[in-house]
Amino acid sequence: MTGQVFRNGAGGRIDRTVPLSFTFDGKNYQGFQGDTLASALLANGVRVVGRSFKYHRPRGILGAGFEEPNALVQLGDGARTEPNTQATRVELFDGLTATSQNRWPSLQFDISAINGLFHRLLPAGFYYKTFMAPANLWMTYEKIIRRAAGMGRAPTQMDPDIYARRFAHCNVLVIGGGPAGVSAALAAGQSGARVILAEDNPQLSVSETELADMDNVTVLTRTMAAAYYDHNTLILSERIADHKPAPAPFETRQRMWKVRAQQVVLATGALERPLVFPNNDRPGVMLASAAQCYAADFAVRAGNQAVVFTNNDSAYGAARDMKAAGIDIAAIIDTRPEISDSTRELATNTKVLTGHAIIDVASGRGGATRGVTLKAIHPDTGAPKGSPIDIACDVVAMSGGWNPTIHLFSQSKGKIKYDGARAAFVPGQSFQQERSIGAANGTFDHEACIIEGHNAGAAAARDVGFDAPDARTSPSGIPPAAQPLWSAPTGAKRFVDFQNDVTADDIGLAYREGYQSVEHLKRYTTLGMGTDQGRTSNVNGLAIMADHRRLDIPEVGTTTFRPPFSPITLGGIAGWHTGQNFEATRQSAMSAWHEAQGATFSNAGLWRRPEYYPRTGMTPAEAVHHEARHVREKVGVVDVSTLGKIDVQGRDALEFLSRVYINNLTKLPVGKCRYGVMLREDGFVFDDGTITRLAEMRFLVTTTTTHAGPVMTHLEYLAQVQWPELDVHLLSVSEDWAGIAIAGPNSRTLLSQLFQDVDFANEAFPFMGYRETNAGGVPVRLFRISFSGEHAYELNVPADYGLNFWTALLETGADLDVIPYGTEAMNILRIEKGHVTGAELNGRVTADDLGFAGMMSKLKPFVGQVLARRDALTAKGRRQLVGLVPADGETPIPAGAQILADPDAPPPEFTPAAILGEVTSNCYSPALGHPIGLGLVEDGSDRHGDTLYAHSPITSETVAITLTNPVFVDPAGGRLHG
Amino acid sequence: MLHIACPWCGLRAQSEFTYANDGTLIRPDLSNDSIDDHYNYVYARDPRRGIQDEMWRHSAGCGQFLKVRRDTLTHEIHATGAPQDDLDVPKDDRS
Ligand SMILES: [Zn+2]
Repeated sequence: MTGQVFRNGAGGRIDRTVPLSFTFDGKNYQGFQGDTLASALLANGVRVVGRSFKYHRPRGILGAGFEEPNALVQLGDGARTEPNTQATRVELFDGLTATSQNRWPSLQFDISAINGLFHRLLPAGFYYKTFMAPANLWMTYEKIIRRAAGMGRAPTQMDPDIYARRFAHCNVLVIGGGPAGVSAALAAGQSGARVILAEDNPQLSVSETELADMDNVTVLTRTMAAAYYDHNTLILSERIADHKPAPAPFETRQRMWKVRAQQVVLATGALERPLVFPNNDRPGVMLASAAQCYAADFAVRAGNQAVVFTNNDSAYGAARDMKAAGIDIAAIIDTRPEISDSTRELATNTKVLTGHAIIDVASGRGGATRGVTLKAIHPDTGAPKGSPIDIACDVVAMSGGWNPTIHLFSQSKGKIKYDGARAAFVPGQSFQQERSIGAANGTFDHEACIIEGHNAGAAAARDVGFDAPDARTSPSGIPPAAQPLWSAPTGAKRFVDFQNDVTADDIGLAYREGYQSVEHLKRYTTLGMGTDQGRTSNVNGLAIMADHRRLDIPEVGTTTFRPPFSPITLGGIAGWHTGQNFEATRQSAMSAWHEAQGATFSNAGLWRRPEYYPRTGMTPAEAVHHEARHVREKVGVVDVSTLGKIDVQGRDALEFLSRVYINNLTKLPVGKCRYGVMLREDGFVFDDGTITRLAEMRFLVTTTTTHAGPVMTHLEYLAQVQWPELDVHLLSVSEDWAGIAIAGPNSRTLLSQLFQDVDFANEAFPFMGYRETNAGGVPVRLFRISFSGEHAYELNVPADYGLNFWTALLETGADLDVIPYGTEAMNILRIEKGHVTGAELNGRVTADDLGFAGMMSKLKPFVGQVLARRDALTAKGRRQLVGLVPADGETPIPAGAQILADPDAPPPEFTPAAILGEVTSNCYSPALGHPIGLGLVEDGSDRHGDTLYAHSPITSETVAITLTNPVFVDPAGGRLHG
Repeated sequence: MLHIACPWCGLRAQSEFTYANDGTLIRPDLSNDSIDDHYNYVYARDPRRGIQDEMWRHSAGCGQFLKVRRDTLTHEIHATGAPQDDLDVPKDDRS
């Protein structure tokens, strides 16, 4: 019934009572609970799982975990499809669908494999050499190459899953749940320290009930430590539901942990290196540790007959486990001339050929391994000699030694060092509060790992003040197994980097062409640049380059390891910050009301502001014009809650404000407002708003909506850092007060009806006056200020009452024809009045450019005063604020247009010198009955009456415009003061 | 992510803070109207590869500015204090 012909009937950590069905490239297979996709594929005898990146050679499974460079698959389909997953790390579930990635058009018939026949055309540096010129052709080539290379497809639909984030603190964070890591977590846990232990696998390598019972220890499985940042901050990616067909409803798929640990213990293990020999990429050639893992953990035979090829002792244990699982070990080929007796004992009844090496791998059907050819090798040079020996096999289990997994250690800025005895880079001096232990530290003996783990866990806990168990002593001096690096000196393609198809010859070519430094080597050959970040290739590549350069490996150097250790999902990075939660939304107290009226909204910073209120029978533009016209004729109310409001108090509040505003404020009495302008230190205009003196030592200043935050920071910086001697205190009250502007000829009558205790007569409450009252105990602040140019007020009430006052104004004013208006009409009204806003306050204008020169006090120093005197800020030819009207009285002025003197000049985008200025604001003016605009034009104040041209590079329109005074409506200000 | 000791709130995550400015700047006196002096205050900076004083703000916390003596090479923070504090740990010897 089962096609799992390579699965043994007993053994392994799988659950045979739970069979699982899955598909790979559309074909149905069966596996068991506890399988990875890779182990299940091998159980079913699937040997070819992908095509190589450049030569499109068939590739099989090389590893059993993080190191896998070949078996990259696309998982699932639709919105949940995921590219570039390692089959060796995918937990099998019922209904899993996977497709091989690196194949086109199919795994069996791969048209690009023809590249292999022309491999001389595809040497290292191929991309650079071939596609240097013409540059535009690269775009075409790249698409073809990417498709042929099979990089996987990103999903095109919205991610349906939930991703969570968690911040955590602990005393000791242990990465890696192998013998060393578990031992460290236990020792730290026993001390009472708060411990987090993270392990990428679904379970720890040893079952540990004591750990599970400790309340102070959190064990996170299916959790990959992706990054190690400053000050012991680590990022962990926890896969909560990836081993299921789909998360349950409302279940989180993945959780990203940001952990701040006082002490970190890295027990990240080691990864086996391949050996470099001709045709070492045939399907069936795999790491000895992988073949061992499939045999022992999954009861899967990687093949029927194996040749073990090694340069170190560890493969002998692998051979033993493979044999135990029923794989016939044809021979162990050891490159070393001699091995120890104890090693030889591990291989009793197995043929061992020392001083030999594989010089070729023969392939059969589908490219899979069917035998190897060996020769004796010269003990010093490694050169093959004598007559060849052929051995039939379908598996080559190779071991080139072990690389401690030092990625996180390197990310932590620890110094790595080369250990000649282990022929590997190992952790050197720690930079942060960190300890590397076990295989990650080059300790490969099981017992020694446990002791090292215990001692590190206890020491870490002790360092942060816990009473930890005593250190244990290691069995004295277990020597590291000698692991000389070895690669075949010559022969057919000898792969170093399987994922990026980099061969030993490519490294030789890079050497000959002068790309000898590690960084050049990497970029020229793409060695180590795949998603596996060269886990299996880096050290072999360095060793080959070192050999060419006749240097020691540490002199050649090593590349930098960067986060993430292994790819993480974008969904996990985004967490909850998607869609509506992408950023915070700020709503005024009246937002719901605006929404209920069907208003459209626009964003101002994080605020949502109503643009206009739709009216039956009117287009949006007509509705906006109606609102603007109505304000000038009757009365309207607009939500201005978003304006920044800062409460300024203290004995030196006036002195402080005098220093930050250009205006002279000494004569500002209590109960009066003033329009104020602030410069930046560099002399340009920063922001504008009103200053109201609420009391002798208390002011309320307002800012534009978008500058509320920056202005507050600027003022706080000056108050706290530069002028600490001033007694002044600042408090942002933007959200404490709802703001409503009431504008139009009927505004006075409307407010008189609502606040009968306030005398609104001109003498009692003049323009720029301020009054306080209350309504039913609610404090009300009334400002007679105007942005529209009409007789107008602004009302502030505590935000909780904003909606009450808003509706009260509309109800009370029904007889006076009050209407609500939005930001669109407000914008028209202020353009008609020549008031500037963010469009004009663009950070490049001076007070003089905007016609504010008269406001600049000459009697006191203020921020920006000195640098505003610089030549470039006062020279002739600066762009100054002007009004704009179409010369024909009707053509709309294009938004954002450039202003030119000559309409027939070449397009201004190509002749910047011809540009005299720009249109900053434009609209149709209902009050005037024609389009108007504001602009900044060179020496504009002297050009009123001139005709220039507004050219839009976007719409290609050119409109003749006449420059005017920027105040179109009521230049004398009668409406304001009346 | 840095761990920064706010003098008022204690050890907090970097995400609560905003870098504000060079920590050694002294604004020219109000009576000083030298363009050069103001120019230097606004534009001239001496960023270090090593230990330097920076002004940060605990923007998502107490809102106070604080002086941070930080090594730009190693990201170590040697001391923090109020803006006017003289931090009592050795400074970069080049200063
Ligand atoms: Zn604070």
